[in-house]
Amino acid sequence: MKPENPIWALISTFGLMSLFAVGGAAAAVPEMHRIAVEVHHWMTDKQFTDAYAIAQLSPGPNVLIVTLIGYAVAGIPGALAATLAMCLPTALLAYYVSRLLNRPSQSRWPGLIQAALVPLSIGLMAASALILAQSTDRTIAALLLTAVVAVVASVSRINPLWLLLAGGLFGFAGIV
Amino acid sequence: MSSDSAPAVQEPDFAPAPPGLLALFLAFAKMSLAGFGGVLVFARRAIVEQHRWMTADEFNETFALCHFLPGPNIVNLSMVFGSRLRGIAGGVAAFAGLLLPPTLIMTVLAIAYAHFGDLDVLRRSLAGISCAAVGLLIAVVIRMMTPLLKRKDPLALSLMAVVFLAIGVLRLPLPAVLLAATPLSIGATFFLRRKVAA
Repeated sequence: MKPENPIWALISTFGLMSLFAVGGAAAAVPEMHRIAVEVHHWMTDKQFTDAYAIAQLSPGPNVLIVTLIGYAVAGIPGALAATLAMCLPTALLAYYVSRLLNRPSQSRWPGLIQAALVPLSIGLMAASALILAQSTDRTIAALLLTAVVAVVASVSRINPLWLLLAGGLFGFAGIV
Repeated sequence: MSSDSAPAVQEPDFAPAPPGLLALFLAFAKMSLAGFGGVLVFARRAIVEQHRWMTADEFNETFALCHFLPGPNIVNLSMVFGSRLRGIAGGVAAFAGLLLPPTLIMTVLAIAYAHFGDLDVLRRSLAGISCAAVGLLIAVVIRMMTPLLKRKDPLALSLMAVVFLAIGVLRLPLPAVLLAATPLSIGATFFLRRKVAA
């Protein structure tokens, strides 16, 4: 069952999703995967992980994986619609809230809510990692590459771009 | 509540005139294009250190607000920051600067992928990049988890585990999970803090 207009499907999907994306783009990846791959079959699992890789490798906010999903669904209009739907509503919300709270927090509620959201957003990001790993790490070599990058990036301050490029070289050489 | 009382030490040469709309657009376009693997570091450098449009504290407060609200943090930040300096037009200028150039690049990449995505060389390279990208994500999770592990906070750790299982393993829809977990977490944090304070 295809919706009448894929552009509207993109706008309503990502507009709604952005309102639940507490903790940023990485936390929304499992939901993007569920909707794009499992619910709507907009992309295959492999296309989704490729899109994630391209979004990580490109400059700009990582949320722009939605541009790639939008393009896969409906070409250039889809790319623009998905990007705006994901970014504009919450940016406007942030604008109005920041005007409301013009002065820095007098109450302890913002701090308390923020503290309460931290474990949830870490759990979400861990789920993203699991879902992506299940589709990328299908060989021992691939699993090792992921593990090594995870360790190197947690203990050093190396620019992530070098690790991504190193991964690309290993892939190019046919090792993973 | 004298929230406006000036701090004792003020940056002496804090920019007096707000930047123009074009300057805002260009500054955010620049930090966006420099930001491989996340823009926040570059945004902070440009806003606080290079242009001195905000003090470090103002930047932290603005970012905390944007982190606490839903949506992509850095995109929210561009809108809030731009509008604080130049009203809604400034917000739109910063927002457009942050998103327009990388969206165009991403669209070109999407077209390229649609044409050449099946090439074996590209598939292999992307597979390797994906593995590394997952590793980077795991590293971020580890870094964020460290303070919770150090505090041995059982509530936070179990909530984290529940969300991880619900989304990652059971693949439940995000809105349902958050609608259940958020009030639970806020309530539990509230009562725990009251107990500690009492």
